[in-house]
Amino acid sequence: MQVRLNGELRELPDGLTVTALLAHLGVKAQRVAVELNDAVVTKDRYEAQKIGPGDSIEIVAFVGGG
Amino acid sequence: MADTWKLGARTFTSRLLVGTGKYPDFPTMQRALAASGAEVVTVAVRRLDLSKTGEASLLEWIPKGMTLLPNTAACFSADEAVRTARLGRELGMGDLVKLEVIGDRRTLFPDVEGLVQAAKVLVKEGFVVMPYSNDDPVTARKLEEAGCAAVMPLGAPIGSGLGLRNPYNLRILMESVKVPVLVDAGVGTASDAAVAMELGAVAVLMNTAIAEAKDPVLMAEAMRAGVEAGRKAFLAGRIPMRLHAAASSPLTGLIGS
Repeated sequence: MQVRLNGELRELPDGLTVTALLAHLGVKAQRVAVELNDAVVTKDRYEAQKIGPGDSIEIVAFVGGG
Repeated sequence: MADTWKLGARTFTSRLLVGTGKYPDFPTMQRALAASGAEVVTVAVRRLDLSKTGEASLLEWIPKGMTLLPNTAACFSADEAVRTARLGRELGMGDLVKLEVIGDRRTLFPDVEGLVQAAKVLVKEGFVVMPYSNDDPVTARKLEEAGCAAVMPLGAPIGSGLGLRNPYNLRILMESVKVPVLVDAGVGTASDAAVAMELGAVAVLMNTAIAEAKDPVLMAEAMRAGVEAGRKAFLAGRIPMRLHAAASSPLTGLIGS
């Protein structure tokens, strides 16, 4: 399925959960926050939250800033 | 009694808040953060670079025990700022947010209309909102009425190092609100930080002045001392300014009189 991930179109396996997506990308869940279609997905929902075709996903982390 | 200040439910001793951007490297940043004595440190929220997921995380270099203050830097609308604040809360597990809604790319001056709008939304969602604002006392009052926990007027444009461009406005602003006023942005060197504290600021927030100094660790020490000196001078109460001299030595008992 095709999704928009951090602003870029990307092909992903069908039926991924947020947990599976992070594993697929090699991202440590405790270091990031995830937004699905403009709404935050809290960590307790990673396991259950499914990603569908056309979804827009943002994965963010803290960086240096003032 | 210790000279502390409060932000929401938290109590702080240090009156210097520092950023984590623009350092030459993480080890220098870590030493500068420690040298500053700051208890609150700002961080930004950005897209993870998915091609570099194994890289060292900023958080590993922030000394333990420091309170994280996520910002909404570079957000140009209230909506973007609100979304970024929510992501920051999810990342940091804290409710503090340094709210920025920027209205102009060249000056990075705040969009005060968007700022007040975003503040109202975030206050309703339980955030402890610290808005980066211009030095307008009327805006400060609107932010206070919106439920912000503090107001953070700029001393000068972000990263400019110009010092406090309008100390008179800052003084009026401090008289206009009851919430803590922190001077955020514009500080270039330690005397600027001292002046902000002498005016009655509760604290000073800075990033570039330390991070881009030739020796960031030494500058962090200087800023710490500047903030402490300014705070003590404010509490001590300065003498009034006089146009003419007021002799320090007795004018009587001179020899040959």
